[in-house]
Order: sequence, then C-alpha cells, then structure tokens
Amino acid sequence: MGAYFGLFRRELLLAVRQGGEIGLALGFFVLAVVLFPLGVGPEAEMLRRIGAGVVWVAALLAAVLSLDRLFAVDHADGTLDLLALSAMPLEGVVIAKCAAHWVTTGLPLTVISPFLAELVDMDTAAIPVLALSLLIGTPALSLLGAIAAALTLGARRPGVLSSLVVLPLYLPVLIFGAGAVEAGIAGGGARPHLLLLGALTLAALPLAPLATAAALRQALD
Amino acid sequence: MLTRLANPARFMRMSGAALPFLTITTVGVLGVGLYLALFVAPPDYQQGESVRIMFIHVPAAIMAEGVYYVIALASFVALVWRHPLADVAAQAAAPLGAAFTLVCLATGSLWGRPMWGTWWVWDARLTSVLVLFFLYLGYIALVNAFDDPGRGARAGAVLALVGVVDLPIIKFSVDWWNTLHQPTSILRAGGPTIDKSMLVPLLIMALGFALLFSTLLLVRMRTALNERKARALRLAAPPRRRGTEIPPAPPDATPALR
Repeated sequence: MGAYFGLFRRELLLAVRQGGEIGLALGFFVLAVVLFPLGVGPEAEMLRRIGAGVVWVAALLAAVLSLDRLFAVDHADGTLDLLALSAMPLEGVVIAKCAAHWVTTGLPLTVISPFLAELVDMDTAAIPVLALSLLIGTPALSLLGAIAAALTLGARRPGVLSSLVVLPLYLPVLIFGAGAVEAGIAGGGARPHLLLLGALTLAALPLAPLATAAALRQALD
Repeated sequence: MLTRLANPARFMRMSGAALPFLTITTVGVLGVGLYLALFVAPPDYQQGESVRIMFIHVPAAIMAEGVYYVIALASFVALVWRHPLADVAAQAAAPLGAAFTLVCLATGSLWGRPMWGTWWVWDARLTSVLVLFFLYLGYIALVNAFDDPGRGARAGAVLALVGVVDLPIIKFSVDWWNTLHQPTSILRAGGPTIDKSMLVPLLIMALGFALLFSTLLLVRMRTALNERKARALRLAAPPRRRGTEIPPAPPDATPALR
C-alpha cells in the first residue's frame, strides 16, 4: 500500500514542481468557456441555454489535453519499465497514476467551475449540481483517458490519435454530466443523471485500469 | 478448426478454393435480393417508392454493428490465443465495417430528406451510428499509427475490446439523450410489424450483405498475407548492388509462411 501512496505522491510532486501542468489544464478550461460567448454573442438568454453543455465540453477537452503526460514522459525515460518490473501489479500503478492525474486536472476544474458558471450566467440553483456532476464525472475522464494514453504510447502523433480514440468513449460521461446540469436548471430531477454518472465512474474504476494495464504491457513488450 | 486454420499457407489454400463459390453465391443472392427489392416489392402506402432505400439501409446498419462484434471477437482470439490470423482478420474487417457504416449513414440521410424533411437530425440512433463510425476510424488510425505493425495490431485489439464494452453504454446514453427514430420493427416480441412482401426481400438483402462481407474479408485477408509474404521475401533477399539483377529468393526464404 505504501508503494502506491509513494507513487501517488511522486506524481503530484512532479505535476506541481514541473510547473504549468495544472495551470495549463485550468487555463485551457477557462479560455474554452470564454471563447463561447465571443463566438455565439453575449446575450444572457443564449448563454444560459447552452451554458451547461459549454462548461462540460470545455472540461472534456481540458482532460483530453492533459492525457499525454500520464504515461509519455515515464515511457520515454524508462520509469515505466521499472514500474512494470516492480512488485506492484501494473493495474495498481495505473490507479495511482490516474488518481494523481485526477487531483491535478479534474479536481481543480471542479473547484473553479462555479466561477465559470457565472460567466455563462447559469442559474444559481444549478451551480452546485454542476460542481457535483464534475466531481463525480471527471474521475471517469481520467480513467478512460488513461486507456487511450496507454494505447497510443510510441505512436506517431499520439496527441491527435488519443483524442480520436478517447472522445467516443467520453460520450456517455458528457451526456449524463451535461444532462444533470440541464435537469438542475429545469428544476430538480438531476438525481438520476448523477446516479448514472456515478455508475459510469464506478464501472470505469475497476475496468479501465485492466484495459490500461493490458495496453501498457503491449507497449512495453 | 481454429487451430487448423492457424497455418497461413493452409488458410491460403482453403480460402482460395472457397472464394470462387463464395463470390458466385454473393453475386447471385445480391442480384435476386436487388431484383425483389427494386421491382417486386410493393411501394409503401405512405412512403411510396422511397421505401426501397430501406433494402440497402437496414442491411448496411446490421452489418455496421455486426462487423464491429466480428472485430472484437477476432481481437479477443488474437489477444488470448495469439492466433496468427485473428489480427489479420480484425484489421481486414475494420475498413469494411467503416464502409458499411458510411453507407448506412448516407442512405439514411437520403431517406430522411423526403421522409423527415431534413438530411440529418440529432436522433439517438443516427448519433450512435455516427459514434460507431468514429470508433471504426479510431481503430483504423490506431492500428496504422505504429512503425512496428505488431504493436499496432495489439493496441488495436485492446481498443476493440474496450469499444465493445463501451458500445452498449454509448447506445444507452444516447437513447437517454434523445429518441425520434422509429422503433425496431423486425426483431421484436409479437412478430415483425413489416409485411411479408417487404420482409422477404429485406432478409435476402441482409444475407447478401453478410455474404458480401465474407467474400471481401477473405479477399482482404489474402491480400494482407500476400503482402506480408512479399515483405518477408524482400527482407530475406541479399542486399542488392547497383547494376545487378535481383537474385531469385532462396526457396527457404518465406519464414512467415512455413
């Protein structure tokens, strides 16, 4: 168990000390949301209508953007080979790395989402729902993204490829996440969406590390 | 059966023998099916002649989804038993599946224009077929993204299995999101809602599409194996100097097929 926490701590320290990693995802998230009013016009009516979807799509894209740092650097300098040779099962390594990835992307996005909700003039009652849906849904983004990041290790143009691979997999998370906020705006009824979103995350928690570890073994062969 | 076919040389012999019959059957069934669909089947009382698009659209939709399961099954066999032909089969099937999906989307769009008055609606079924198309594209792109073809094949196999687990979830979520398309009318409790005069040509067309897929799959697999053999021969040949003839490959230079 200590080894997993050690790995988790190492990932967090790297993300913090290398600098810019967390800021990059957050900056992208904010910028993507800010671009929408510039594109569709500043009318509050329109923004209120599309706000839930805009924030969720931006969170999705910010998560995709940060995927390549999950394994690529460790693969390039050989750390991943050492981790695979260690006594820890590769699935556990994946979970530790995903947890660190979520703490450095999903969690910050969740924390600043209420401010972005104000930018798109979201109904005040729906803002807690938005934060809750991101809190429940973003772990699934990290877990599913890990599969794509592992599959595209060593590929030509891995960034473009992993987004093509991962976006169809993200679709259910987006639908239930944005659906929850929409239902929250419409007044109540967000519970089933949030429960389904939770189901997705809980299903991804054991299954995605299995697939990711399988993909990593192929990559390290 | 599976183990016997694991020898590519034997597979080449058997598929070579089966291919002419398969081709003739495919052409025959598709010919009969198209004749029945285009000339014999009655026009719909509501939709008129445009209902005939259905005889291409529905079989293509069945194949679009079916081929993905074929790829997933082949990928499973490739990962678990390292069957040498399973990877070849999965990779050969993927562009065919993508093509069926595209045909399904295109005919659906052509059908939607007179029926719903629009080329495209964000309806649940249309959307999930579109997502399926992107799954195919992702698979094809991933398989071809590596310098080492073996790595691409294994990565593709993992992705195909992830996709097949995710496909029902995607469908469910999209259904939840929006539904306008008519409900299933062939396979349902209480018998088909479609009249026999249309059902028979439809089933024949579906069979024809399945045969077409099998034929094309065999052709593509044979091509892939021949390409592999040609590459092995080229690598086994001694380095060529300028101005000299290419020496004939030594008889034992086909490691992949022996």
